[in-house]
Amino acid sequence: MNDIIKTDAVIIGAGPIGLFAVFELGLLDIKAHLIDILPKIGGQCAELYPEKPIYDIPGFAVVTGQGIVDSLLTQIKPFGATFHLGEMVEELATIGAPGHPLFRLKTDAGKTFEAKVAIIAAGGGSFQPKKPPIADIDRYEGVSVHYAVRKIDRFRGRRVLIVGGGDSALDWVLNLHPVAERITLVHRRDAFRAAPHSVNAMRELVAQKKMDFVLGQVTGLKGADGQLAAATIRGEDATIFDHPTDDLLPFFGLTMKLGPVAAWGLNLHENLVPVDTEKFETSTPGIFAIGDINTYPGKLKLILSGFHEAALAAQKAHRYVYPDKKLLFQYTTSSTSLQKKLGVA
Amino acid sequence: MVRITYHDTQGGVRTVEAQPGSTVMETALREGVPGIEAECGGACACATCHVYVAPEWTEIVGKPEQMEEDMLDFAFEVRPNSRLSCQIKVTEALDGLVVTTPPRQG
Repeated sequence: MNDIIKTDAVIIGAGPIGLFAVFELGLLDIKAHLIDILPKIGGQCAELYPEKPIYDIPGFAVVTGQGIVDSLLTQIKPFGATFHLGEMVEELATIGAPGHPLFRLKTDAGKTFEAKVAIIAAGGGSFQPKKPPIADIDRYEGVSVHYAVRKIDRFRGRRVLIVGGGDSALDWVLNLHPVAERITLVHRRDAFRAAPHSVNAMRELVAQKKMDFVLGQVTGLKGADGQLAAATIRGEDATIFDHPTDDLLPFFGLTMKLGPVAAWGLNLHENLVPVDTEKFETSTPGIFAIGDINTYPGKLKLILSGFHEAALAAQKAHRYVYPDKKLLFQYTTSSTSLQKKLGVA
Repeated sequence: MVRITYHDTQGGVRTVEAQPGSTVMETALREGVPGIEAECGGACACATCHVYVAPEWTEIVGKPEQMEEDMLDFAFEVRPNSRLSCQIKVTEALDGLVVTTPPRQG
């Protein structure tokens, strides 16, 4: 884990713009690693609207969010980029000398990268779990309120309250049930968006009295020093009662937060990263920002704008990665050298 | 002309003009009404444009469809009059509509 991964470029964000950056960098012989906080490739396109039609991608009269991601993956296949999914870049530090930038990146999974250029293609920021608006919930976070399960064994012998009706809530009900002392699922209605087989398995456990299901919403928490004693629940009939518990796991989906980008010493403007419109470089030479995360006069948050930005950023990135090589502009239609890289010549 | 009034939990009130065919969410964003985030841009995929429809309007506005009802699971403090404002299409029948934004969207 502690080996440093050395590469030409690290791309932060594996959405459509990060993917197309692989293509533009690849044509210029720049190798890239991509890091994304989501466990899957595709960013918002895959997470928020995989089935929704998009009508303004040049050359596609209509394509779905997942469709454009799949096409991009096919397009960048020749360049063999490495993906690091489910990881958040926590640290981006400049370690090189002026004119010869070098960057060290660290993820929350303990990986360290060294790259000659860093390309931030983080869209609306990182997808993070939504935190319920319950008073003082932050006092319990990390001790007995958890938005993700890292170690199942952590919940052995504990009374666990899980809130939500989606796949995450139901999956963890079923996965933690064998180790927890007692699982209680709280949901606002007796219908679930989760996969039917998970819902059926949960209902079976309730029927066998091996777990509890409570209709309602959590409105308050009781405990001391971060350790929960009980959650206050408003039931369907508006009755309010305390339910004793050791842990609370709320699953209300994801929301986009700027996240660690704010701590990387870049100039920021209203949670966006200002760039120039020639190279799409940030206030730190060698760090680029492309796609929805950047801002400049006239910026349009369109996928097609991000594609253009990726192409221009790659040109400048070439100067950092190959300072002694002259860059010759070529077309994929006619250049044998580019076609070799694409595996078609 | 269709007018929509947005209340927030701090006591703020804004009445704005809405275009028939647009949505209650789009109208709020266009007019700079606070309290609606609409992270996904109206795809019914994020539950950050949650509003409470005033009791006298719930019948006229109608109930959420299945996809919206499912997505409301990701909103907080959901009540029987909860709707996602990206799924409420503005029509002449909604002239005078009153909605309240929740304390927090996400």
